[in-house]
Amino acid sequence: MFSYYLRLATMSLRSTPAMTGLMVTTIGLGIAVFMAALTVYYLMASNPIPEKSDVLFAVQLDAWDPDRPWDDNRPDQPPPELTYRDAMAMRDSGIPTRRAAMHKVGLIVEPGREGVRPFKALGRLTDGDFFAMFDIRFIYGAAWSRAADDQGELLVVLGEEMNDRVFGGEDSVGRTLTIDSRDFRVVGVIERWHPSPKFYDVNNGAFDESETMFVPLGVGDALEMYSEGNTNCWKDEDIVTFRDFADSECVWWQFWAELETPEQVAGFRDYMDNYAMEQQALGRFQRPLNNRLTDVGAWLDVRRVVRNDNKVLVGIAFLFLGVCLFNIVGLMLTKFLGKAPQTGIRRALGASRRAVFAQQLIEVGLLGAVGGLLGLALAWLALWGIKLLFPGFEHLAELDLTLVGIAILVAVVTTTIAGLYPVWRVCRVPPSAYLRLQ
Amino acid sequence: MHIGPIWRASLRNKTGPVLIAIQIALTLAVLVNAVFIIQQRIERINRPTGMDVDNIVTVFSSGIGEDYDGQAQARLDQTALEAIPGVVAVTSTIQAPLSGSGWGTVMKPAPGEDATRVNAAQFFVNEHGLEALGLTLESGRPFTEEDIRFPDNFNFKPESVIISRAFADALFPDGGALGSAIYDNGDSPSTVIGIVERMHGSWVNWDKLENTMLVPVVPPNSGMRYLVRTEPGERDRVMPLVEETLAGLNDRRIVRDIDTLSEIKDRSYVGDTGMAVLLAVIVVLMVAVTGVGIVGLASFAVRQRVKQIGTRRAVGARRRDIVHYFMLENWLMTTAGVGLGTLLAFGINYWLVSSFELERINALYIPVGVVLLWGLGLLAVAGPARRAATISPAVATRTV
Repeated sequence: MFSYYLRLATMSLRSTPAMTGLMVTTIGLGIAVFMAALTVYYLMASNPIPEKSDVLFAVQLDAWDPDRPWDDNRPDQPPPELTYRDAMAMRDSGIPTRRAAMHKVGLIVEPGREGVRPFKALGRLTDGDFFAMFDIRFIYGAAWSRAADDQGELLVVLGEEMNDRVFGGEDSVGRTLTIDSRDFRVVGVIERWHPSPKFYDVNNGAFDESETMFVPLGVGDALEMYSEGNTNCWKDEDIVTFRDFADSECVWWQFWAELETPEQVAGFRDYMDNYAMEQQALGRFQRPLNNRLTDVGAWLDVRRVVRNDNKVLVGIAFLFLGVCLFNIVGLMLTKFLGKAPQTGIRRALGASRRAVFAQQLIEVGLLGAVGGLLGLALAWLALWGIKLLFPGFEHLAELDLTLVGIAILVAVVTTTIAGLYPVWRVCRVPPSAYLRLQ
Repeated sequence: MHIGPIWRASLRNKTGPVLIAIQIALTLAVLVNAVFIIQQRIERINRPTGMDVDNIVTVFSSGIGEDYDGQAQARLDQTALEAIPGVVAVTSTIQAPLSGSGWGTVMKPAPGEDATRVNAAQFFVNEHGLEALGLTLESGRPFTEEDIRFPDNFNFKPESVIISRAFADALFPDGGALGSAIYDNGDSPSTVIGIVERMHGSWVNWDKLENTMLVPVVPPNSGMRYLVRTEPGERDRVMPLVEETLAGLNDRRIVRDIDTLSEIKDRSYVGDTGMAVLLAVIVVLMVAVTGVGIVGLASFAVRQRVKQIGTRRAVGARRRDIVHYFMLENWLMTTAGVGLGTLLAFGINYWLVSSFELERINALYIPVGVVLLWGLGLLAVAGPARRAATISPAVATRTV
């Protein structure tokens, strides 16, 4: 029965090619625009590390200006970054399973190979825990030890791309690389790792690529590395040397803690608050106590990683889909009522109202499916256009299997809903009305 | 032509008119809001920056090694860059304006805890700064060679500064900024020796974008950025020469990020450009879909009423009357639609304002949108209506 109805539906759609074309195009456009907007939104709002999202916590301490909140528009928010000494104090709690203080650094790399000129690369100064905490896989070697962090050993972990560029992709563990005019020993090479959003540091572009060189935390002291990311200061302090800067109230460090149990979370909260009160006694932390632990999902919300414009676009695209659907209701009404005489004959020959209903609905579903496919093709085209418009955001405009499924589903479901009324109307046509005219 | 019978006839078969009215309503609501947003973005992108954006090249030089002296190198680079034919002026600095990367500062019009504090973006320049950026000096004097400092750390206090008009007004609402001292958080004074008409700072999304301060300093950095302003039209020819000149002068450095200021500006505004383009595409598609939908439904209405039209023609209606009938019928539906759409437009705008901090719509956009959609409706219905008029009175005699 189904295949017979499907054949009838195909015939019916073929009999009015212009009308069918118009309907399919309308559905296709509606779906394409909606899917394109939804794709960008979905990729922006996606959780880059779902399996550990609720055990990884961003740490915020409010040691900011007593006279003024960090953000006048959101006075409840502490700064997103920490001062040097607060970051170091957080490292020493011993409570989290893993923890890493970190910031972005600019590194001058001299490959020492013929024909490869020195270049500048973005790196990350961080604790060795970084890699295990964020589930980063090594191709060669392994992370450095906590001892290396404390002693500032000149070690480096390379990203796959950097290892390709500098060592031609070989196992470079144990090799030497000149960075900032010092000899660093390669201890590991990690697989390509570019979480999007770049949740662990959303400061300078939440959708930027990750750094491809990582150096132990203590190296920062030894080589006096300032941040290549954001640095914000509020207090007037005489900052001449790196030491002055490290002891200042400027915030420039990110801090992440892996807290697997509720006890760890509670314990670390207490640790933060106790630390802040201790510092209060020393004359720092003069704002109301406002220290925060925020897991990855909530962090992306707090930092407003998804731009308002993207939400507006999804809303407007949805209204566009609405217009397309109302349009299709009208077109289908035209089409089905135009076919009313045929339907009248079928009814007169004994087809039940239900059979007619089912048959017409299959026709509607088929329209939806074809429209959905066209919509996918157009959505792909639209995303290609978006990539051209927004260079650097290419990875936010890729259709994945889930989205393809959603597109087809939305197309079929919405078209069917839109078709219900016209189908119902045509079923109510009394057969006699049309037989008389023949 | 009487509206009464047309209105009553429409009510006998409500679905088509209702569908058209809904489409018109949604289209109007989206159209006016989208066009309003597009208009605002275009205005933002085209705000005057105060600088000669189209003729400036920027490049960054990172020195290698402990013994690299960025300040000494800057003097050599300055002379070499100025010697390139087509170059108007060159200044050293750290960050390029409009780039999203910058140095924020806070200044006060008076010393002390209670003085107002005003945020601004600061830029280091040398004595050629104003000319290299293409700024217009409104009052006071530009920096001279004697003003420029070469400090050996970042904890310096500039004796003189040049500030933008907007920053001057924010610091001294009653005027008198020129010649006054302004103070940093530690109450060190700097004298305002000049005021430029306008200069955009670092962050284009900042509400204090026009608050800028120029500081006469060659920074103690091994990394140095140069801003090179060229004669109009010479920029693209000069650009590779800038890179070559710097690379040739010293090989213990990396010359990178060579760029034009206009590209930097475009990148900073890419969100606005993209939003405007995407909204424009959606609006065009929406109007097209609605127009085609009206054509479809009107054709259907005509086909359904062939006999009635024939009858009317047979009893004396002129072709014009038939065309008018359909036009008027459509106009009634469109009018119902724009009525509903006006409410919806305000509703959507309310949602945009309250959830996304967008601006309240200028109410003038609505009548313009209404007129546009009236036009669209009449244009769409014109074809089917004219076809209706060709129906021969003879059909009235058939099949009845």
